Amino acid sequence: MRLARASLPAVAALALLLPGNGPPPRTHIVMIEQMHFGTVPSDIKVGDVVRWENRDLFRHSATARDRSFDVDLPAGASRTMVLRKAGAFAFYCKFHPGMTGSVTVRQ
Amino acid sequence: MLLVTAAAAASQQGGGPNDAQIAHIAYTAGEIDVAAGRQALAKSHNRTVRAFAQEMVRDHAAVNEQALALVKRLGVTPEANPTSTALSAAAETKHAELSHLNGAAFDRAYVTNEVAYHRTVNGALRDTLIPSAQNGELKSLLQTGLTLFSEHQAHAEHLAMSLK
Repeated sequence: MRLARASLPAVAALALLLPGNGPPPRTHIVMIEQMHFGTVPSDIKVGDVVRWENRDLFRHSATARDRSFDVDLPAGASRTMVLRKAGAFAFYCKFHPGMTGSVTVRQ
Repeated sequence: MLLVTAAAAASQQGGGPNDAQIAHIAYTAGEIDVAAGRQALAKSHNRTVRAFAQEMVRDHAAVNEQALALVKRLGVTPEANPTSTALSAAAETKHAELSHLNGAAFDRAYVTNEVAYHRTVNGALRDTLIPSAQNGELKSLLQTGLTLFSEHQAHAEHLAMSLK
């Protein structure tokens, strides 16, 4: 009983550090089609995953202007990345600079 | 200009080019730009010009690969016609002209031609080839091509400004 009482704060502290304490990370899909980036969801949080799906016949990339990410997307391919930093990130396709978008990541 | 004129002439003569002719024109136009891109990759040392040329080679080859698969599936044999013949002849002349240039002069001439070429091809796609295409899949592929080539045109125009 004494042992259980003494351990409670430590258990609580440990629980805060363990993954799974908050809502689990979510996966958001961003479609690339007809030379356009599709809508980027507005509720993305740090730790969430973005899956880029290239439905075009051509190679694309999702490249952050600040170079914090650079995802190569061969024709028809899907690639995932974990968003580890909060902020607003403008991105573009480095092969087709007219293709642009932005993603906002919240804490 | 040549492509627009020839395609318009075909249109006046017989209600527009047929699908076999359209396939040949579109494929030829793509091959011409792949060849121009390869020439640029062989001659240019400018990083942005080379990146653009690589984009042209990669994208036009991808579209042509799809076009070949489509005509095979449809059982259509692309049919040579005055428009595609004229396109090839004009491209040979331009290729020879560019072969005499080097360095910045080549880069500027190549990119200037890419602007003009995409403007012409996009006009022909929009005004003649897409409206004339009968098969839905061919029409859709041409529309995809127009979306892509419009981006190429914008990229080439931007690049041309930066080389001035």
